[in-house]
Amino acid sequence: MNTWWAILLGSLAVYSWKLLGFLIPERALSHPRVSRIASLMTVALLAALVGVQTFAGKSGIVLDARVPAVVLAALLAWRKVPFIVIVVLAAGLAALLRFLGWMA
Amino acid sequence: MRSAKGSVFSVSLGVGLATGLYGISFGAIAATSHLDIWQTMALSLLMFSGGSQFAFIGVFATGGTASLGAAVASAWLLGVRNGFYAVRMAPILNKVGLAKLIPAMVTIDESTLVSISQEGIKNQRLGFWLTGGFVYLFWNAATLLGFILGNAIGDVSKFGLDAAAAAAFVALIWARLDTFQARLVALIAISLAVALTPALPAGIPVLVAGISAVVIGWFEARPKAGER
Repeated sequence: MNTWWAILLGSLAVYSWKLLGFLIPERALSHPRVSRIASLMTVALLAALVGVQTFAGKSGIVLDARVPAVVLAALLAWRKVPFIVIVVLAAGLAALLRFLGWMA
Repeated sequence: MRSAKGSVFSVSLGVGLATGLYGISFGAIAATSHLDIWQTMALSLLMFSGGSQFAFIGVFATGGTASLGAAVASAWLLGVRNGFYAVRMAPILNKVGLAKLIPAMVTIDESTLVSISQEGIKNQRLGFWLTGGFVYLFWNAATLLGFILGNAIGDVSKFGLDAAAAAAFVALIWARLDTFQARLVALIAISLAVALTPALPAGIPVLVAGISAVVIGWFEARPKAGER
């Protein structure tokens, strides 16, 4: 697939949920099982993305400076630190560790 | 009434500015994912849903063009909650026919949350449109700024920008881990995705991990004895 087509298709796909919600009657989505799975789907995909973004390397699993950075991010999120501060400090830790040559 | 309107305006502006900061990190991370500036801007202008956009570039960054199908699917699945927001907003906005197309575009976390936290239908509508408008404006401006910053940096791992993507997902997920079911799903999903990464093409482990939501979510959570 061409990158541009993927962007347009993906945008249309995301938009389709928004439009669908305006078109269908409220009771169609009110089944507790549907809303439960929908909210857990967000959790599952985000968690999976955390795993992949932290450990995936060119060939399989890699342990590098991203791991302590993500641990720091989790600690900061737990302390309810604002989003942008979490991202900047986590990136900063990874950059520092690499600068010191501790974890490639 | 005047002061209530004023407060809707300032809340909307504040939420828009905060989202802008988040947009800078999206732009900077997108710059490291081999998307060009037009493609990154197209994502923010057309997809306009933070979680979905991060997922798209996250999968694309690890798998390149071979993973575009999985990138589209991940973005699509992460956008599902916007549909629930739309269901919530439809009776408040009360639009018919083609007039539904525009509010649908800005039906996102922020506009919905600001709207439903207002009193009275007028302020609810005002909150939706102001927040949707501000977030759209600042999100896109910030994406552009972030892309330029990220691009100027060059070597991304030297500045920890690869870790920034993972940290962004941690920050996004944290507030959602408020139930036992959510924590269980997160644990299973992260384990599945990491375990499958060496075996499957990039992007697919993320989609497989989504199955955990269906399996766990199928059953109603029963509060355990001694809990709460």
